[in-house]
Amino acid sequence: MAIVYQKSKGLTDTELHYCPGCNHGIIHKLVAETMEELGIIDKTVGVCPVGCSVFAYNYFACDMQEAAHGRAPAVATAIKRTHPDMPVFTYQGDGDLTSIGAAEIVHAAARGEKFTTIFVNNATYGMTGGQMAPTTLIGQKTTTSPLGRTVEQAGYPIREAEMLATLDGAAYVARVCVTDIPNLNKAKKAIKTAFQRQMDGDGFTFVEVLSTCPTNWGLSPVDALKWLKDNMIPYYPLGVIKDTRAEG
Amino acid sequence: MAKELWKGNEAIAEAAIRAGCTAYFGYPITPQSEIPEYMSLHMPQSGGVFLQTESEVSTINMLYGAGGSGVRVMTTTSSPGFALMQEGMGYLAGAQVPCVICNCMRGGPGLGTIQPAQGDYFEATRGGGNGDYENVVLAPSNMQEAVDMVQEAFDIADQYRNPCLLLIDGLIGQMMEPIEWHEVKHRDLPPKDWATDGRNGRDHHNIINSLYIDPVECNNFNTELQKKFKLMEENECRWEETDCDDAEVVLVAYGTPARISLSAMEALREHGVKAGLFRPKTVWPYPYEALRKISKQDSVKKFLVVEMSEGQMIQDVELAVQGRKPIEFLGHAGGVMPTVEEIAEMAMKGLK
Ligand SMILES: Cc1ncc(C[n+]2csc(CCOP(=O)(O)OP(=O)(O)O)c2C)c(N)n1
Ligand code: SF4
Ligand SMILES: [Mg+2]
Repeated sequence: MAIVYQKSKGLTDTELHYCPGCNHGIIHKLVAETMEELGIIDKTVGVCPVGCSVFAYNYFACDMQEAAHGRAPAVATAIKRTHPDMPVFTYQGDGDLTSIGAAEIVHAAARGEKFTTIFVNNATYGMTGGQMAPTTLIGQKTTTSPLGRTVEQAGYPIREAEMLATLDGAAYVARVCVTDIPNLNKAKKAIKTAFQRQMDGDGFTFVEVLSTCPTNWGLSPVDALKWLKDNMIPYYPLGVIKDTRAEG
Repeated sequence: MAKELWKGNEAIAEAAIRAGCTAYFGYPITPQSEIPEYMSLHMPQSGGVFLQTESEVSTINMLYGAGGSGVRVMTTTSSPGFALMQEGMGYLAGAQVPCVICNCMRGGPGLGTIQPAQGDYFEATRGGGNGDYENVVLAPSNMQEAVDMVQEAFDIADQYRNPCLLLIDGLIGQMMEPIEWHEVKHRDLPPKDWATDGRNGRDHHNIINSLYIDPVECNNFNTELQKKFKLMEENECRWEETDCDDAEVVLVAYGTPARISLSAMEALREHGVKAGLFRPKTVWPYPYEALRKISKQDSVKKFLVVEMSEGQMIQDVELAVQGRKPIEFLGHAGGVMPTVEEIAEMAMKGLK
């Protein structure tokens, strides 16, 4: 009998703890497959954040470090600088990366640190119970914007990918989602390209993945996917935002 | 070996390279900026990594990354920068990441002054980060001791899988003094088989982490940590006693105030006052037992604690002396140094 589906060797046997319909698990799978296909599980170090994906160190089969909230890019910088031949990635949420860790990601990108960041944007603080994040959309209700986020009170949502793309150290910046098969394939391609460019020494590589949080959005898994398409994609457009090879 | 004249900060940087430090991360701050300056040239020349960071927050997390992946790593900073590193100090202890951190103290609170001080004693010895953790805190009072201690600090960090601190005041960093480069005896160190340096065929993946979500597990981990801290207390405590055997008044000081106190002690002896000096060389673990023993001597009438702060180490002296003898205090903060004259005058007061 032919094997039609096999769990990636990039993941351990530990059972994922994510809520039903949460995209974190799918994104893990794409990263794991990428490592397996590139044959780098044995030499990669991943850095996971504080957020719902804090336990990613139990899931990825490569060596892992668990960083303080927002500081994964600093941790990854040091690992990569001291081990230049090893692939290094960070996996971070939107609160972790755009809020408390805003400085670390900007400077890592500006320095052109040769690691890959997988940025999971679900427009909320999932782990702490659905508070407003810098990525929360205008009008979006969260536990700290119960009447909906307003510009007057909280300013504008941050488009991190576009912002980092302005930095010369960033070699590859893309925004993807995993809502359906075509998008899943594009996401996989982006993640693999990002890892490959890192290993080729091009510079900092960044893939933002729009992601669902059915639990805190108060939606069913199916409705959450629809909400993401209808509300997040118009504000956070998908595609390759920067590719230094394409420019040349 | 011949003596060489070195500036304190540069000697500390050189000592780290000689100790096998291969990565330095730091953010400029007076009065220690000569260290990153020295490292920026010499670390790459010796095949290591130098990086000027965007902040001390970033710095301390870079120590986590590099130390966690098995590299001998160091940073140096001064008081406001050390304050900014405190969250990371807890993570380093919790994830058991060895590294060396030197705080070249200046006056506070807040922006304070760039002049030397000792106001970060509590922060260094009690911990400014969250949770129950300890660090060996080495407190040299001259350049020779500083360069020797820097070299040993890396072994201490590796032996216990824990950060090791060097606590100096700005004066030690700025001073020029003759030193001798001799190899510090190396310890037998365990292999870093826990480091995240790539699996390379290892049958499991290594994890650097301080999260124990289950309370029982977290408690058990803390129990293990405490055993390690106990070992550090038993093995690493250091101090120096000068003329304490027959002393009526014992001066207690570390770092630069210990040097000034030594001069005061000598002046007092010349005037027939039996003075002694007790100098902790580690301020954690603190040499409580040794000081307690002295407090039990009949000859001792009182202690005089001298600090470049408003009185922080005095709490440890009180814990050691346990009310047996009076403890007096002489200290200035904000970069003003105690003088030999005022120490001697205060030491004599009340003695017949
Ligand atoms: C210094 C610090 N501040 C606050 C927290 C609490 N905290 C934990 S996770 C989190 C937000 C995580 O949100 P995000 O990064 O978007 O990840 P998600 O859970 O949505 O995947 C916060 C605020 C913390 N752990 N540390
Ligand atoms: S709270 Fe949201 S982000 Fe966290 S696991 Fe559940 S669905 Fe995913
Ligand atoms: Mg989030």
